[in-house]
Amino acid sequence: MSKESLDIQGSSGQSYWRSLEELSQSAEFRARLEREFPREAAELRDPVSRRSFLKLMGASMALSSLVGCQFALKQPQEKIVPYVRQPEQVIPGRSLYFATSMNVQGYGIGLLAESHEGRPTKVEGNAYHPASRGSSDAWIQASILTMYDPDRSQQILNAGKPATWDDAFNALGSAYAQAGSGLRILTEPTASPSLVATIKGYVGAGAKWYQYDALSGDNTRAGAQAAFGSAVNTIYAFDKADVVVALDSDFSHGTATSIRYAQDVASKRRVTSDEPVMSRIYVAEPTPTNTGALADHRLAAKSSDIAIITQAIAAAVGVSVAAPALPEATQKWVATAVADLTAAAGKSVVIAGETQPAAVHALVHAINAALNNVGATVNYTDPIIDADTGAASLKALVDEINAGAVSMLVIADVNVAYSAPADLAMSEALKKVPTVVHFGLYNDETAALATWHIHATHYLESWGDTRAFNGAVSLQQPLIAPLYDGKHFSEVLDALDGKRVSAHDAVKGYWQAQLGLDGFAFEKVWQTALHDGIVAGASALGSTQVTLGTVSAPAVASNDGLELIFRADPSLRDGSAANNGWLQEVPKPFSKLVWDNSAQVSPETASKLGVKTEDVVTLTVNGRSIDAPINVVPGQANDTVVVHLGFGRTQAGKVGNGVGFNSYALRSSDALWVANGVTVSKTDKTYKLATTQTHYNLEGRDFDILHAKSLAEYLEEKKAGVKHKKHEIYSLFPAYDYSKGYQWGMTIDLNACNGCNACVVACQAENNIPIVGKEEIWRGREMQWIRIDTYFSGDSSNPTIYQQPIACMQCEHAPCEIVCPVAATVHDSEGINNMVYNRCVGTKYCSNNCPYKVRRFNFFQYADEETPSLKLQRNPDVTVRVRGVMEKCNYCLQRINEARIDATREDRVIQDGEVVTACQQACPSQAIVFGNINDSASQVAKLKALETKFTVLDSLNTKPRTSYMIKFTNANPELSGKTE
Amino acid sequence: MQSSSPLKPPVVETYDELLGPGETYTSVTAKIGDIVLYPLLKTPWGWIGGFVAAGLFLMLYLYSLATLFTVGIGIWGINIPVAWGFDIINFVWWIGIGHAGTLISAILLLFRQDWRTSINRAAEAMTIFAVACAGIYPLVHTGRPWLDYWFLPYPSTLGMWPQFRSPLEWDVFAISTYATVSILFWFVGLIPDLATLRDRAQHPIAKIFYGILSLGWRGAAKHWQRYEMASLILAGLSTPLVLSVHSIISFDFAVSQLPGWHVTVFPPYFVAGAVYCGFAMVILLMIPIRSWFGLHSLITMRHFDVMSKVMLASGLIVTYGYFGEIFYSWYSGNIYEYYLIVSRTTGPWAWSYWALILFNVLVPQLLWSKKFRTNLPVLFFISICINIGMWFERWVIIVLSLKRDFIPTSWGVYTPTFYDWATYIGSFGLFFVLFFLFVRLLPMVAIFEVRDLVHKTEHKAHEKEGQGHAGA
Repeated sequence: MSKESLDIQGSSGQSYWRSLEELSQSAEFRARLEREFPREAAELRDPVSRRSFLKLMGASMALSSLVGCQFALKQPQEKIVPYVRQPEQVIPGRSLYFATSMNVQGYGIGLLAESHEGRPTKVEGNAYHPASRGSSDAWIQASILTMYDPDRSQQILNAGKPATWDDAFNALGSAYAQAGSGLRILTEPTASPSLVATIKGYVGAGAKWYQYDALSGDNTRAGAQAAFGSAVNTIYAFDKADVVVALDSDFSHGTATSIRYAQDVASKRRVTSDEPVMSRIYVAEPTPTNTGALADHRLAAKSSDIAIITQAIAAAVGVSVAAPALPEATQKWVATAVADLTAAAGKSVVIAGETQPAAVHALVHAINAALNNVGATVNYTDPIIDADTGAASLKALVDEINAGAVSMLVIADVNVAYSAPADLAMSEALKKVPTVVHFGLYNDETAALATWHIHATHYLESWGDTRAFNGAVSLQQPLIAPLYDGKHFSEVLDALDGKRVSAHDAVKGYWQAQLGLDGFAFEKVWQTALHDGIVAGASALGSTQVTLGTVSAPAVASNDGLELIFRADPSLRDGSAANNGWLQEVPKPFSKLVWDNSAQVSPETASKLGVKTEDVVTLTVNGRSIDAPINVVPGQANDTVVVHLGFGRTQAGKVGNGVGFNSYALRSSDALWVANGVTVSKTDKTYKLATTQTHYNLEGRDFDILHAKSLAEYLEEKKAGVKHKKHEIYSLFPAYDYSKGYQWGMTIDLNACNGCNACVVACQAENNIPIVGKEEIWRGREMQWIRIDTYFSGDSSNPTIYQQPIACMQCEHAPCEIVCPVAATVHDSEGINNMVYNRCVGTKYCSNNCPYKVRRFNFFQYADEETPSLKLQRNPDVTVRVRGVMEKCNYCLQRINEARIDATREDRVIQDGEVVTACQQACPSQAIVFGNINDSASQVAKLKALETKFTVLDSLNTKPRTSYMIKFTNANPELSGKTE
Repeated sequence: MQSSSPLKPPVVETYDELLGPGETYTSVTAKIGDIVLYPLLKTPWGWIGGFVAAGLFLMLYLYSLATLFTVGIGIWGINIPVAWGFDIINFVWWIGIGHAGTLISAILLLFRQDWRTSINRAAEAMTIFAVACAGIYPLVHTGRPWLDYWFLPYPSTLGMWPQFRSPLEWDVFAISTYATVSILFWFVGLIPDLATLRDRAQHPIAKIFYGILSLGWRGAAKHWQRYEMASLILAGLSTPLVLSVHSIISFDFAVSQLPGWHVTVFPPYFVAGAVYCGFAMVILLMIPIRSWFGLHSLITMRHFDVMSKVMLASGLIVTYGYFGEIFYSWYSGNIYEYYLIVSRTTGPWAWSYWALILFNVLVPQLLWSKKFRTNLPVLFFISICINIGMWFERWVIIVLSLKRDFIPTSWGVYTPTFYDWATYIGSFGLFFVLFFLFVRLLPMVAIFEVRDLVHKTEHKAHEKEGQGHAGA
């Protein structure tokens, strides 16, 4: 039933209406009311019909002289109303930061949310929190947009009709009274102590609790169970590991621990000291990942081969399993890895990915034990989430439903109708439950099947708590009153029992009871916890002693055919954030694909199958089939087809609906990550894919663009005292004196960067960068100010991968500046190449003359100036650009100025580290360093003084302020050729 | 049109002279003047048909510009890295076309080349209309065209001046000066003829129209003296402009540092290219006009022969430029330049480079033969080839250079959209509407100059017969 007619029913009393549109309050009508100057002209963008063509022909003469006025001269009138009573601490123009935390796959990540006049505009990592330590990732950065998403569910629905909270709570109460022990609760994985306690209350009364996540860690859990007899939680200390072997594990990207692990790994990769120590990373994986891009020795291997490789390593380090036969290249890779591992016993890490079966995990535990890593680089704690959270859990629930044991099902924050494995027929199962209550941010596929849909609060709108991977507890505190009057899940759960407890009271009450404090003592702990983002007294878990049982070799079904591999999408992950335009538009690592998923194959496999990029193929496995466009990606293992989850949503919202294909349709509960026996048949259709990068070859320009070197070679040169003489380039013009004042500069350590995209989305959030959509990207009009360039070199089946974040270099001799006819891009005395949006006429000459091509142009009115909720998200310190204006990175000038104001007021200079750019702040591996290069004590000046520094396109004498640190590989000399 | 026109005399082709046989002061005046003074209601259907057709294209142009203003320049196919596309290609192409007119009227005037007289008026008109077509592109290619006045140096409350180091700013001055001087030169040259038309006009409106435009010209000796002086001064002003305008436009590219743009040979190479396609356009226009209006004895084969020679010469300079580019991309040892040439000649868009070579280098070699220089269908074909070739030259320079510059990850593609084509094809609408109006309302051949030519021809004939008299 459409929303329009609902509103008619909801209205009461005498009312007058002028048109049917008004009567039904259609979206268009409301939009027109809100627009002060109806922009009918914008509708011209629709494809030209004959009628509109003729209309325009007539009107064009008149229009062409008038349109200028409409866009340029009429600014909407706005009144500034001062506060009658100034809220405490709120100073217009000054941002406040509040500690909070976010649940990622069940585990908490501590964050700091930036608030401008009562509205959160950005989230950053919390430096005190073990999982973020001040950094974040693309997923977290984009979460702010989800909060302001206009497509979020805004009302309670009972069988599709709006209802009130009282209706809902009363109905839930009576449904529960009837259901009793027939209540089942299905949630996303959660370690939130207070919520778990509430749920456990119902479990104690006979209900059952299931958790499901499409990307759950069940294999990891089962592996620990198999190895130790208990599903202990494993924590790795990559900052102590000299050798890392990752077996199909993308540990530095896309999980609840990846931010921390990326930091730890990066800390062992920097070549900045006189005697650098660099870890050596071995990665065997079927499809290129961010971790794989860091590797010194990357091996593209089929998913099923990883088990054999693990077994071979295990056998070689002394675990009692038989050594399997391996192909020669793999044999050599394994032998070298084993040699390095044994040499670094106690200082190495072997890690398997969730996508590998439990037996592989068990073997890996045995390997780490054999290498004496346990207690040193590998630690075990009690489990944080002590339950199955994957397909097995969901299967048990479906079995119960089919057995008729479920009379009421409460589903929270998990879109099972979309993300359940296809063989469970979840949608059918849901229809058998008398009362299904769906609680979530969106009126999604599951909500459509539910009796009740209850709109949830976003984590930035509600109270709550989370528990991190190591047990540390953080609080969630709301940054804004719920935009749509939503409620927290604990409030809904309490309502089942007839209780009305606010989320705040629930959390606070829980912790008061837990900590056993009261009065002032508790208040002090509570306030400190809110301030710091960590609850003292509920901190990290200590190590657990484990005893290794016997492990057996994983059963490997020989599979010579094609493997269909399911992977979380690098940006959208499981698809729950499919309506987030930032995540849809951020280019996926390596493929640089946006707004779509694809069937990724290696070049060799593509030629074997006779397909090329953009060909549509039908993938069939176990009788289920879908159509998918092929995308050929180097570095993919041969005979594998990778499909990413998270696309093909039908009820995600305006942004996410119909984007890509739904690969869950091929997934079955017994083959969650790898399905054998897939057939790929080519159709005669093609499908347009939009990518932000089409060329991946350096074309022999590495000397000028990306310096890469082997560590051994560098150390040898250093020892021999070889100095690389830099060719001096002179300028005809006298140089500007940059020796005084602040001179801003940046370094990016290519050795630390894994290309995770955190900086890209962080920049988008900070600088009000619009999204443009697939068609515009296809035309080459992406707007992100920072991009991750990717290069492949060597053998296309196992290439070396280089990644390089590129944003405006702030050249001292900026080629863009001299060609602008209106002086809209000008240099300031602190070395920043400023873009004066208001002055820009839009000749685009600057972009043509920019050798780095970092400038972005508003070809249309990209910024959404009309959706009210999106306006709230914008950073008030940064201009929202109109159409026809060039834009680009300016080193987060607004942050510099904020620090400058503070420093001026306190009559001091800006300290090193006081200005942190958005990209730098987000970077999990802390590859980006920013500061005053005139201050020789600053970190950036020290890095720039190193001889491992280089600048891009040095030969043009542009004198960029952003410099890079050489990309080093710490290759084992034993291993050369194909796998190097 | 031929059938309905009573003006159609029998065609006698003249090869070695600039004037057909039997032309007198009266016949010249009548031939040219009657085209204009022909009664409005009896305007030939051919003219009306052509004007309406051109008008439809003009409507397409206005439609695409209106869409451009309301929606944004995203309707074109431009992007990052190819931020200039059809807009600037067409701009350079049109302004190049304009050059022939100025060259014919100014430089050839100074060099006392008599053969220019019967073609200079139309060529100058072509210049002005081409400059109008060209000038629109840089104005509308900006993201916010309503702020284009910021290009002008005026004391504003913003306290801002333009940025004078930018070649685009130089363009503003170069093009506006060029347009101003061209219009002045053209109008001053029209005055004696406008007076002739005023005197011959029957209809009162025509009398008033030409009366106002002729600024009170009475043909007094003092008038002629001042006229000659003004022409000479304007010719003197125009002459450097022929060289400077396209040199400055070439600076848009040469001053930047993009491989394929950053080339010091660009100024002369662009000027030669402009003359090249400008003459091609003059020939393209003159061949049908002379046939439709029966001007065979005023625009003779000698004219085409001479214009073809100019075309061949400028074509060879351009060819030298093409080979120069290839040579120094190799000789410089600069990998970016070298890669650019390799990608131009062998990359995915190599066909457009080879089309340029075919149209601009190979086909015009036919002009070495006088047989082809005086064969109008062949000449017409060659001229079309040259105009297409010169368009491809700008395509190759602008698009193929931008597509692949320094950092391979930002390499892009450029696909023209409907609106790219509409703003290109539509600009012909503007050009031809103006040109149709010109041939209907103004004398397309300079009457008094041809009369002067008649005089000189007679003088020469008398001399031959030994009856020469002193003075001209």
